[in-house]
Amino acid sequence: MRAVISVVGKDRTGILAKVSGKCYELNANIVDVTQTILEDLFVMVMLAEIDHINCDYQRFVALFMELAETNGLKIHVMNEDIFNAMHHI
Amino acid sequence: MLNIRDILETIHMIDEEHLDIRTVTMGISLLDCTDSNVDKACKKMYAKICRKAEHLVTEADRLAEKYGVPIINKRISVTPISLLAVAAEATPDSLLQYALTMDKAAQACGVDFIGGYGALVHKGISRKERDFLLSIPHALAETKKVCASVNIGSTKSGINMDAVAIMGEVIHETARLTAADNCIGAAKLVAFCNAVEDNPFMAGAFHGVGEGDSCINIGVSGPGTVQAALSRHPDADFSQLADIIKRTACKITRVGQLIGEEISQQLHIPFGIVDLSLAPTPARGDSVARILEEMGLESCGACGTTAALALLNDAVKKGGVMASSRVGGLSGAFIPVTEDAGMIEAAEKGVLSIEKLEAMTAVCSVGLDMIIIPGDTLPEVIAAIIADEAAIGMINNKTTAVRLIPAIGKQVGDRLEFGGLLGGGPVMQVSNLSPVSFVRRGGVIPAPIHSLRN
Repeated sequence: MRAVISVVGKDRTGILAKVSGKCYELNANIVDVTQTILEDLFVMVMLAEIDHINCDYQRFVALFMELAETNGLKIHVMNEDIFNAMHHI
Repeated sequence: MLNIRDILETIHMIDEEHLDIRTVTMGISLLDCTDSNVDKACKKMYAKICRKAEHLVTEADRLAEKYGVPIINKRISVTPISLLAVAAEATPDSLLQYALTMDKAAQACGVDFIGGYGALVHKGISRKERDFLLSIPHALAETKKVCASVNIGSTKSGINMDAVAIMGEVIHETARLTAADNCIGAAKLVAFCNAVEDNPFMAGAFHGVGEGDSCINIGVSGPGTVQAALSRHPDADFSQLADIIKRTACKITRVGQLIGEEISQQLHIPFGIVDLSLAPTPARGDSVARILEEMGLESCGACGTTAALALLNDAVKKGGVMASSRVGGLSGAFIPVTEDAGMIEAAEKGVLSIEKLEAMTAVCSVGLDMIIIPGDTLPEVIAAIIADEAAIGMINNKTTAVRLIPAIGKQVGDRLEFGGLLGGGPVMQVSNLSPVSFVRRGGVIPAPIHSLRN
């Protein structure tokens, strides 16, 4: 299963490092990253393979929510299928 | 790789525009639970509902987390209970046992509501069915999660005015028995014309006799998403408006299809339908009325409201039908007054009348829904409102419904608050001209000529 980890926050150094570091810590394999600046906001979308993560999915999501809170970011972790369903016919 | 803008659009729809799966409803046939002994029938019912729906809530919650999309309600619909009751030696007292069993099963499964304490009496009504209808007020007063619906007419059979007259009494009595709790019982009771067998929405959900043993039906929502999409195109003409709604509805429905497929696979229950619906809530930014206003009306209820709703309803279906392999239920925009912030406001300002709402029901998916009326409204007047609404459904070959809440002890200008998704609103004016002699004629209003299609 692949998860889309989307990150939105005020642009500053280290955001990508923190999120990718968390992926490494949880053994999620990053397969793609897209990043841009939209109206002064740092926006990043990371696609990660999570079949071999070292915790359950619920914990995985909770840890990213924790990361979001401590760093003033908005993070969503969602299965990629919802985006495929909505935006590709 | 996924497009970053698509991803942000989806997240925005969920976070800011109230996109959600409004309901995952498991339909369960109770036809194999009939028994001449009421105790035995209830035991079988309870066992079957709990066995089938044991994991419904946990699985729905798991999928909500997996996809990051809220699933608001988890519900169960069952075979109309009158079918079990007529097969049993049920006395008016023992009928209550069926409702209590449904309630207990719903509690055990952790669902929000269970629908199907109802009857199909559109062509005729037996003595036992009459007893059953009269049991509804107590059934709703003594349970928390049970919803009731009664089909009193159809395009094929006409309108059973005997049943309509009884329903006038039943609605009033239900409100009276639950008066201490804001007449909440009446909010869980619907009279239908052309009821559908696979509706996932309450209070009218039941598992039709033509359905299989069980299935998963999905109701999607997202009025806020449609309103937001329209607000980005203030200069669009009507064709463009319809196109924007279609594209938005398609995306909303795809989420429903995805969730429906997966949950039915996980629970080993066949996937039934996706109901292509726009169901409002009282929350800010989740209103069907606001969509109509976004199209250029000063307020819902203004001249043009019916045309705007017709466009919306049709575009929602056209957009949704491409997105799902199985479409059904009521499919269209709902206009429950107390559940829609824009409708509540319009009713409070006095610019939205029951007469205008009746016209709107001719072009949208259901009927006169969640309308608070004065508590001293005669049962015959309620029956006549049901007859009017059923006539619209019968002639136009569509589902119509009536869910009125007589506010016991209250008058026009007073308010009734239910809280939660049911919302609240002002008591609305009802015509005080008497239809009593009309309603008391009894018999059946014949089916229209276009029912003879064979």
